Amino acid sequence: MRVFQFTEQPYPDAWNDHNGSLRVNLPNRKLDPVHAADLFHRYYDEWQLADELGLDIMLNEHHATATCMSAAVVIGLSVLSRITKRARLLVLGYPIANRPDPLRAAEELATIDVISRGRLEMGFVRGVPQEVPIANLNPVFQSERFWEAHDFIMKALTSHDEPFNWESANFQYRQVNVWPRCYQQPHPPVWSTTGSTQTARKLGTYGYVMATLGTGYDTRRLYDAYRRGFSEARGGAAAPADRFAYLGLVAVGRTEEEARRRGELIASYPRSSSIVFMPFRNPPGYLSVEDNVRMLKGEGKPRSYTKDGRVVEMATGSVQDLIDAGVLFCGTPDQVYDQIVDFVEHCGGMGNLLMMGHAGPMSHEDTVENLTLFAKEVFPRLKELRQPEPVAAAAQ
Amino acid sequence: MGVAAPELRRLDVTGCAIEYSERGKGRPLLFLHPGHPSGRVDPGARVFELLAENARVIAPTHPGFGATAAPAHLTNVDDLAYLYLDLMEAMNLRDCAVVGVGFGGWIAAEMAVKNCQRMSHLVLANSVGIKAGDRETRDIADIYAVTDKQLAELVYADVKAMMRDPKSLPESELIMMARSREATGRYGWTPYLHDPKLKQRLHRVQVPALVLWGETDRVVTPDYGRAFAAAIPGARFAAIAGAGHFPHLEQPYDFAARIKDFVEETGFVKEIGR
Repeated sequence: MRVFQFTEQPYPDAWNDHNGSLRVNLPNRKLDPVHAADLFHRYYDEWQLADELGLDIMLNEHHATATCMSAAVVIGLSVLSRITKRARLLVLGYPIANRPDPLRAAEELATIDVISRGRLEMGFVRGVPQEVPIANLNPVFQSERFWEAHDFIMKALTSHDEPFNWESANFQYRQVNVWPRCYQQPHPPVWSTTGSTQTARKLGTYGYVMATLGTGYDTRRLYDAYRRGFSEARGGAAAPADRFAYLGLVAVGRTEEEARRRGELIASYPRSSSIVFMPFRNPPGYLSVEDNVRMLKGEGKPRSYTKDGRVVEMATGSVQDLIDAGVLFCGTPDQVYDQIVDFVEHCGGMGNLLMMGHAGPMSHEDTVENLTLFAKEVFPRLKELRQPEPVAAAAQ
Repeated sequence: MGVAAPELRRLDVTGCAIEYSERGKGRPLLFLHPGHPSGRVDPGARVFELLAENARVIAPTHPGFGATAAPAHLTNVDDLAYLYLDLMEAMNLRDCAVVGVGFGGWIAAEMAVKNCQRMSHLVLANSVGIKAGDRETRDIADIYAVTDKQLAELVYADVKAMMRDPKSLPESELIMMARSREATGRYGWTPYLHDPKLKQRLHRVQVPALVLWGETDRVVTPDYGRAFAAAIPGARFAAIAGAGHFPHLEQPYDFAARIKDFVEETGFVKEIGR
């Protein structure tokens, strides 16, 4: 198993005075740029530590939010390309449907791949709904634009003989010719995320690495949809475990008590990320008509399930709830190892743990201890973990 | 009064199935409904009964609203304007008054700058569609940046009488509401509920035009309406008291009477485009 250290690079100091919304409309005067500089440098230091500890690295971007200061992920990728030595650099993700200019995205990604000497893992995402009001590109056509931007970027990264032409309703270019071209040939590995079985199946046909977040003990359903797509497109071949990734919150401690204390700090991520003024969470066309009807009726949409089918609300669940739901792996190194192994078995194989090893107000000291303990006491065993035998499409 | 609402009919126009209601006799009147949060035709609405006393009222549901699907190629208001010009031709409508409210007014204005040949009158009520102020002025309230309750306060003069609790509505109504919200975004997300080129093209309107405005509207204020009227040659502006963004629903009698009077006063003699 590979493990990628992830933090959203938050600005938690603004989390206590937000008037109901941490994103889109929280005034940026609540950020002190001097303190923000300290935080950025600290987060880069912690990623350097992850690199030294043998972990890989994951970055993302969000906009106009105190939950994530990384508004242009290419900046973090650029810094880390230079200051880390060996870690894979996963961007998960690059919200290509919210960018008017996918050529620029292709150029940025290719350059990062070259500077990092081929360490880029290239995750494309549709982006969460609250990104839409900032990007201001039509959310009704977001999915269509996502796949077209994907098609365009893949062609741009793999065309080497002459400039090509691309003229559609969404994007118009007459001379596409990406310099420098990718270090990894034919292109860096491609990743994406989803919460829908339909998209999971499509990702399976592409054979991309598919990640889910907060799906807990409901993850198998999505993985199996991927397995069907993978297998259908490859004459029945089974998707190996390295095609699957899961974002898990991780809090390790020398004692259970210490781990629970860190668990509370890490749980600040699900507890804060949904604090958004409601209209920004539902731009038109982002959710289906059926989902909107459910919302009009006042019915929520539970996200996470425990092993025995209990619904856990990520935003309000206790640390124990989050552990039960497979959202948080928390405890002594032995406990965390057991929880992860149990989860991998539920999934029928999962080869990439996207480890949120820092969140919210967790201090530098706690983060260093959390990463170090994980890397020294849990990770070596996970590397040796024998994944379940791949199956083409699990029985339902 | 008390006549049963007509059944919805269907017509295929250039490969797009359009659902519409029709009632009344005489000169045609094409009614273009507004967008979210009232994006549909309710054939039983009082306003249609009143308008049908003096005209053959044809009220289509814009593709993507109501129960109809939007074909993939219909993505902006230009597309809808051409679709309804094609519909006027397909139904062979002549001397047709085109009446649009809110989002429907935008479609009507886009039709009028393209081709007035089959049109006798243009009525825009609380219409969106132009950029009136400077680049830092939000001409049109962001209906997607407010809660349902806040939206009701923006659009209605009498929130208590007009706002309905979704939990009290049948599933079929909720589906209409959800589709209307999505379809309005489909056609109007960006540039937001306007076409930057429309204002400079309004000089092409070659029929008598009336700009009606529910005066408590806070989505687009009466000042925006006056700017709209000022850009159309000879257009009249009239405010409707006790109504917000949807004057045809809040003041249907006043709304219908103003249109009747306007049509009578300006008549049907048209020299241009024949």
